[in-house]
Amino acid sequence: MAITKAAPPKEAPDKGERREADGARGRQAASPLVLTMLLLLVVVAQGPIRRGLAAPAMESWMTVFVAVVVQALPFLVLGVLLSAAIAVFVPPSFFARALPKRPALAVPAAGVAGAVLPGCECASVPVAGALVRRGVTPAAALAFLLSAPAINPIVLTATAVAFPREPRMVLARFVASLLVACAMGWLWHRLGRTDWLRPPARPSAEGLGKGAAFWASVRHDVMHAGGFLVVGAMVAATLKAMVPAAWLRAAADGPVMSVLVLAVLAVLLSICSEADAFVAASLSQFSLTARLAFLVVGPMIDLKLFAMQTATFGRGFALRFAPATFALAVVVAALTGAVLL
Amino acid sequence: MNRQAQAAVLFLTGVALLRAGVTDLYLRYVKAGLRPLLLAAGVVLIAAAIATVWYELRRPRVSAEPHVSAEPRDTGRAQAATAVQEAELVREVAEPREAKAARETGAARDDGATGEGGPPHSHTHREPRVSWLLVLPLVALILVAPPALGSYTAMRSGTALQPSWGYPDLPTRGTGGSVRLGLADYGGRAAYDHGRSLGHRRITMTGFIALDRGGAPYLVRMVLSCCAADAQPVKIGLTGRIPPVLQPDSWVEITGSYTARRAKDPVNGGVIPYLKVNRVRPVPVPHDPYESWGG
Repeated sequence: MAITKAAPPKEAPDKGERREADGARGRQAASPLVLTMLLLLVVVAQGPIRRGLAAPAMESWMTVFVAVVVQALPFLVLGVLLSAAIAVFVPPSFFARALPKRPALAVPAAGVAGAVLPGCECASVPVAGALVRRGVTPAAALAFLLSAPAINPIVLTATAVAFPREPRMVLARFVASLLVACAMGWLWHRLGRTDWLRPPARPSAEGLGKGAAFWASVRHDVMHAGGFLVVGAMVAATLKAMVPAAWLRAAADGPVMSVLVLAVLAVLLSICSEADAFVAASLSQFSLTARLAFLVVGPMIDLKLFAMQTATFGRGFALRFAPATFALAVVVAALTGAVLL
Repeated sequence: MNRQAQAAVLFLTGVALLRAGVTDLYLRYVKAGLRPLLLAAGVVLIAAAIATVWYELRRPRVSAEPHVSAEPRDTGRAQAATAVQEAELVREVAEPREAKAARETGAARDDGATGEGGPPHSHTHREPRVSWLLVLPLVALILVAPPALGSYTAMRSGTALQPSWGYPDLPTRGTGGSVRLGLADYGGRAAYDHGRSLGHRRITMTGFIALDRGGAPYLVRMVLSCCAADAQPVKIGLTGRIPPVLQPDSWVEITGSYTARRAKDPVNGGVIPYLKVNRVRPVPVPHDPYESWGG
């Protein structure tokens, strides 16, 4: 109650100026101004900016950066709309009825349910966040988060098209991805602590009308996850534009090394899960198992996803969850590859 | 970033997506099939911006009747606001002194707000700084609109040529006796079918020029599966009647015929088939600078 006692003397005299009275709020009020100035400055200086960006490496960086953002935004918007709809229109009791009571069973159920979300990984992060807030067991929501981008029909079809002579690749991808998703769900159920899951504060929707709550959730998620998406896109573009692909050739020898290298590459490149199969197909100097690792790791954890998970579930969560997912995905992909490919 | 600024960024992003989708700009970055999704996302973003502004404007009006002050709107909850209004009205009747009423109101406001599981500021203040980064792609897309990937990227990555399901027969008569093929199509037939389906036909292809370190020219087209981040080049080596000067990144239409010559891509060891050039004609950048798989 300290705030209550401290506030009145300060605020009473200038209630008309209250926005300015609070320091933080004063900064906030200035943000449209800052935005306008920024945009004006860029418009005025666009000549020099364009000239500075004319180097081929820079142009290629920008193209890839814009491409990743433009490609991911529609899926992000789709995920955000779904997440807002779940948060506003679906009562929590629905999930309690739809999923098995015991978390051990809810995990595989949610993992298989991931097959119905048609999209890439940008859509699944906000949806999984909404599921957790709606009272779904985190273990089940996480299984959904990991499986949805990898096993939906669009992605599996793309994989089949990219590997016309290796239909087993589709099966291997499906099996390995589902296994990792369920294993991570169970692992979270056994070891996970709820205080690791600390989603950043979001606007409370209580007391708002349904429409207001829906749009507030959309705005919040787009601004939040979108900002992190931009971070991921910048890093991915830097790698694509700066690191020569010739380095990969040296790493293609040796079964263990090649799996690890492609797994790391999947994390760094942050390619949309609908397209990664085509990239994997062209990495023909690597073994099929290594390419399977690329396909299993990529949709589950990459730089863009890590940034978005931080935004949705908090840093403490992402720092623990991402390495565990990576390690498990590599091991499961290697084993599945050894058995199936 | 407060809500007005957020609404502005949402709106501009939506407009940028719509503009890219309506013109052919989007084809520089993503495959053609994504267009409906881009347009839909643009509309949703604009709607979100309008909704944000609308609810923001409506909010003060909810509790505008009491004339004491304008604070409670910021708590954002109609119920809390109403409760405070009632308290204000009651107090005003009982104690007409402005200062005291205002002080009590302030107290009531903070009390109500902090009691609701989070500081009131979390509404407007908690959008992290990272949201500002959304301005970057906006600027890049609206002002700079970077060109489609060209020879720089092409020569740094390995050729993406892959064996295909099968190679259907070429159409019997093309325009002027030559048949128009995509680079991936020609490359596949030449590299993995040993040109059997090509025979001695005259082939026409459109792509851009890229030079390797030794200055040898290649006809290149980037192939997309989703967006430019996964773009990969298909390279066709050129031999025969090559013009003395070929500018990298210039678009040309080349007519020629199959030759059994082939080379190994220094980047990934893939096969680079060759084309025996008859005629090179400069052309404007095509509508869609990329080729897509199977197309």
